[in-house]
Amino acid sequence: MSIGHALLGLLETGPRHGYDLKRVYDEHFGHDRPLAYGQVYSTLSRLLRNGLVEESGVEPGGGPERKRYAITDAGVTDVTEWLVTPESPQIYLQSALYTKVVLALMSGRSAEDVLDAQRVAHLKAMRELTARKRDGDLADQLICDHALFHLEADLRWLELTTARLSDLGKQVAS
Amino acid sequence: MTDVLLSGTDLRKSFGATPALDGASMTVRRGEIVAVMGPSGSGKSTLLHCLAGIVAPESGAVVFQGRELSAMSDRERSALRRGEFGFVFQFGQLVPELSLVENVALPLRLSGVRRKTAESTAREWMGRLEVDGIADKRPGEVSGGQGQRVAVARALVTGPKVIFADEPTGALDSLNGEQVMRLLVSTAKETGASIVLVTHEPRVAAYSDREVVVRDGKTRQVELVP
Repeated sequence: MSIGHALLGLLETGPRHGYDLKRVYDEHFGHDRPLAYGQVYSTLSRLLRNGLVEESGVEPGGGPERKRYAITDAGVTDVTEWLVTPESPQIYLQSALYTKVVLALMSGRSAEDVLDAQRVAHLKAMRELTARKRDGDLADQLICDHALFHLEADLRWLELTTARLSDLGKQVAS
Repeated sequence: MTDVLLSGTDLRKSFGATPALDGASMTVRRGEIVAVMGPSGSGKSTLLHCLAGIVAPESGAVVFQGRELSAMSDRERSALRRGEFGFVFQFGQLVPELSLVENVALPLRLSGVRRKTAESTAREWMGRLEVDGIADKRPGEVSGGQGQRVAVARALVTGPKVIFADEPTGALDSLNGEQVMRLLVSTAKETGASIVLVTHEPRVAAYSDREVVVRDGKTRQVELVP
């Protein structure tokens, strides 16, 4: 998640000072991790340095936190490019888990137990997300849906690997 | 284990030469939602059918509220299925010739409740499942999601102690499936009913309190009861 791009996107709706940006960011995107003030100001400094935002006045009261920031044309171009560029599909835990399964098979341990333990952990996480969805607002639901679909994909992989353990065991032994 | 409502112990069942259950065991406590998961053909639906008294196992025991199902007469088992159990399946459970409210009222009518009373109770349940606005339509006139919520209302209308749900969202898209599960689980929790939930979808299983995995006709308790 690019905090810089998210802040730029929020600044497209109008100039804001750092505190205001943090508040709006947390409201929309900070369900799991609200932004730290330090992160807001360090990000704004970087955006300023790169010419993507500019200072647009100081609110009464002074101090660096009262500076208002506005997005520049370069900033608009940057955020537009970010929005239209797909995120890299990522591979999650399979590498570590595959290693555990193969090592279990090589050492004569139960690979099924390894997969089932992971299955329990995954389903527990899915239950927690499902409960959070039930009690949350629409933003919570969308965020949880995304996590649930990813965990479900992992669980399907766990099931398929369990079904293929016999073949995998023969391959590891050969 | 305390407060066990329903249990199956060492259940075995074959269809021809093919063993469907090979020593499967599981328990369901009062008010508990248990997901039964496993690959296609693993025996999970057969396990549900044995627990519900629809199929008789060749060996092993199914005990509901302290009574073994095999010791009951056919009539007693039918009465049990009609009064104490509710069923939600993936397809084809509503009678196409009847209106939706008549479908929901059907289990009550079969138990001898008068039409007016049965349909009044059915409408209340349809309200809880958010389908009271379509009560007078027929199954062919409503969407799959609406039809499935009607089926849930019908499963709940007699106040069952256990609801057997076999792939209840299998024919629905994600959003409709979620609505059905949310309503099924919340109404079951309100009434204190237990659910035996057969599913191959992890997102559906995530509505359960715990899961039992069936592989090659054997159950694997992968999660300890809290």
